[in-house]
Amino acid sequence: MSDPVLQLAGLDAYYGDFQALYGVDMEVNAGEVIAIIGANGAGKTTLMRSISGLLPNAADQVLFKGQPIGALRADQVAYAGVALVPEGRQLFASLSVEENLKLGGTVGRQGPWFLEAVYGLFPILKERRNQPSTSLSGGQQQMVAIGRALMSNPEVILFDEISLGLAPVIIKSIYEALPNIVSGGMTAMIVEQDVTKALSVSSRVYCLQEGRVSLSGRVEDITRDQITAAYFGVAA
Amino acid sequence: MSAPVVTRATRASRVAMIVAALAVIVLALAPWWAGRADLRLMGEIFLYLSLACLWNLMAGYAGLVSVGQQAFVGFGGYMLFALTIFGGLHPIVAILGSGVLAAMLSVPVAALIFRLKGAYFAIGTWVMAEVFRLTFAQISALGGGSGTSLPVDVVRSLADSRSGREAFSYWLALGAAITVIACVYLFLRSRRGLALTAIRDSEVAASGLGIDIWRTKLEVYVVTSAFTAIIGGLLFLQKLRISPDAAFSVNDWTAFVIFIVVIGGIGTLEGPIIGTLIFFLLRETLADFGTIYLMVLGAVAIVVMLKAPKGVWGLVRDRYDLELFPLSYRVRTKKE
Amino acid sequence: MIEWLNAIVQGVLLGGLYALFAAGLSLIFGVMRLVNIAHGDLIILAAYLGLSTTVMLGVHPFVALLVVMPAMAGIGYVLQRGLLNQTLGTDILPPLLVTFGLSVILQNALLEGYTADPQKLSAGSIETASLSVGGLSLGVLPLLTFAMAVAVIAGLQWIFYATALGRQFRAVSDNQDIAQLMGLNKAHVFGLAMALALAVTAIAGIMLGVRTSFDPSIGGGRLIFGFEAVIIGGLGNIWGTLAGGVILGVAQTIGAKIDPGWQVLAGHIAFLVVLAIRPNGLFPRVEH
Repeated sequence: MSDPVLQLAGLDAYYGDFQALYGVDMEVNAGEVIAIIGANGAGKTTLMRSISGLLPNAADQVLFKGQPIGALRADQVAYAGVALVPEGRQLFASLSVEENLKLGGTVGRQGPWFLEAVYGLFPILKERRNQPSTSLSGGQQQMVAIGRALMSNPEVILFDEISLGLAPVIIKSIYEALPNIVSGGMTAMIVEQDVTKALSVSSRVYCLQEGRVSLSGRVEDITRDQITAAYFGVAA
Repeated sequence: MSAPVVTRATRASRVAMIVAALAVIVLALAPWWAGRADLRLMGEIFLYLSLACLWNLMAGYAGLVSVGQQAFVGFGGYMLFALTIFGGLHPIVAILGSGVLAAMLSVPVAALIFRLKGAYFAIGTWVMAEVFRLTFAQISALGGGSGTSLPVDVVRSLADSRSGREAFSYWLALGAAITVIACVYLFLRSRRGLALTAIRDSEVAASGLGIDIWRTKLEVYVVTSAFTAIIGGLLFLQKLRISPDAAFSVNDWTAFVIFIVVIGGIGTLEGPIIGTLIFFLLRETLADFGTIYLMVLGAVAIVVMLKAPKGVWGLVRDRYDLELFPLSYRVRTKKE
Repeated sequence: MIEWLNAIVQGVLLGGLYALFAAGLSLIFGVMRLVNIAHGDLIILAAYLGLSTTVMLGVHPFVALLVVMPAMAGIGYVLQRGLLNQTLGTDILPPLLVTFGLSVILQNALLEGYTADPQKLSAGSIETASLSVGGLSLGVLPLLTFAMAVAVIAGLQWIFYATALGRQFRAVSDNQDIAQLMGLNKAHVFGLAMALALAVTAIAGIMLGVRTSFDPSIGGGRLIFGFEAVIIGGLGNIWGTLAGGVILGVAQTIGAKIDPGWQVLAGHIAFLVVLAIRPNGLFPRVEH
């Protein structure tokens, strides 16, 4: 087995005096799709913010291809090859659809994703390319957010609450697009409320509870009861 | 057993109170122990202290960061001249009257400039001060652009002898400073003051508690404007001469005051006092250097704002947990 | 009748200068919500840099722009990264008080370096040249200033909406965190915005210096004119800023026509009237 592409080593995360993550250990290998599940407030979004550099940490608590990136700023992490699709889409309101996508390509890393490739994945965006991004439906906005992250050709892509607030039919189409995204060898971490959906596309799962990893393992080795216990903190 | 007790007073605050009372007595006797130049300087210090406390109440507590308080300093000064010259009023009556007029004038002014938010509010206050300056420069009866002097008989009405007048205007300055500090302190301790602190900490939460933010800010603005005008009247009673450029000077009445408060510690009652002392200490030692002194002052204010935003007093307080004006509540475990 | 028409036309042209004062202010507020109290003093700094350049190199003030613009842009970038970036946040006090302190420092530094004597940039025969249009005499210099303002604003509009840099400005303005995720270093982007703003300020300073005499104390007044143009035009609308400058200029020349002492006062009153009836300005930005 080669070295993990992303490794968390005893990650502690703080908002001021408040500690949100306690010694989280994770290893993610190249090409894996990892599901991160857990109740509200378990620390999933904090985990995403820590890896992507929005929340500063100790340098050696987050390793990317063996290099410490925990203390880097978000833009430096983006150049290194980690992209985040943030919770709630967070498109740039004063930019058009195409401008949002182009901005995602700022880091200029080489790879399979460019404007036309994103339009190929989500054809509706090509029709709407010149519209203000906020005039799109929630599902279409999520497509822009995903496309925007892909434009940087990351090695690791993080999805935070990918289906939150979207209609079931939209969620279905977004999940259908996921295999196309990771087929090129991209590593993905998916934070998801809908456990079934998350497990359907993942090979391994980590469950967070109150800032700690309460369960981890291969999807096929884990039972429903174990997840329920890890999720809510009930003794299994 | 021990029972927790909630108090505001601390041993330091009680000691400070006693020291302050003694200091006031000594200062009140200054005309008998201080020289003429020192008396004049101390009078100026008290008036700057008053301006600093008032600006601190607005900016540090009510979040109204004004760079246009010279509007009311100048207005008060001009009203002193106008009401004594044309109204035949005694200077003290004229100065108090200028406070009332400033309060009335500040309401429509606030109605306009409260529409501007944050930093734009600040520049809006400056525009207002310019409007005041240009308007008074148009009034030829008050000397237009070149200004006017206080007539001799008005000056005489204060006291017959020159030393008597100087002592009198010194006591007025001392009295004004004590009044302003006491008023600001009592205001902050009152229900309204608590509302103000709540607004400063979080506007959203404060409005959720039923606090009318606009009204509370308006009250602070009106009261500080009135007091600022009174201080303006006292300042120009010392100077005996007024002109639009002197009366509405942004450097003299706002820049220095802001530097005093920032360096001393914004949002604390002690800050303006410390800041005033530091300001005059710097001025008396560096004043010969003119422009260099002002550049140093600006640089010190920038460094304080960035490195110690709570000012000199904030550093002292964090280090020793001191509070000379007991404003915050403390929970204490009392041993029985 | 023709006199009033003349006053209005002169006011429109004067508005071009005010729009130049305002454009930089508007730009940095748009990108980083920073209101720079030292903006007026930076305009005066640019005028003095222009003066030194013309004296030392013996060139025309407009040629001096080739030196002053990059110099001001450099000052802007360093100022933003070295000082102003540290003041940005949710609290409005630090940027306000730091730029206020900067204003006092600049003013006194100019006083120290150039004395309080009024100075002027000499542009030669162009200063007195004029065109006669339908009975009106239009100064070539005011016309040029106005044309410059239109060009600057069109240029800023183009940068904002048609270039990668403008895309970055808008993205950082919308959401700093997410922009950072896209690989933008906001400290650098803000530095570029301030550099651009002060390059525009360089043009404003030179045009001011050619038109009227200046001394270190007049920065505050120029800040106020620029600020009034921004608010009259409506926050966040750069063409509105030009309209705001024109309205301010016309109010001033009409005021001066009634009584010379009323010129500046009439402009302030026009500003207060707009604030009273249209607090968001005449042409506020339309949100999508």
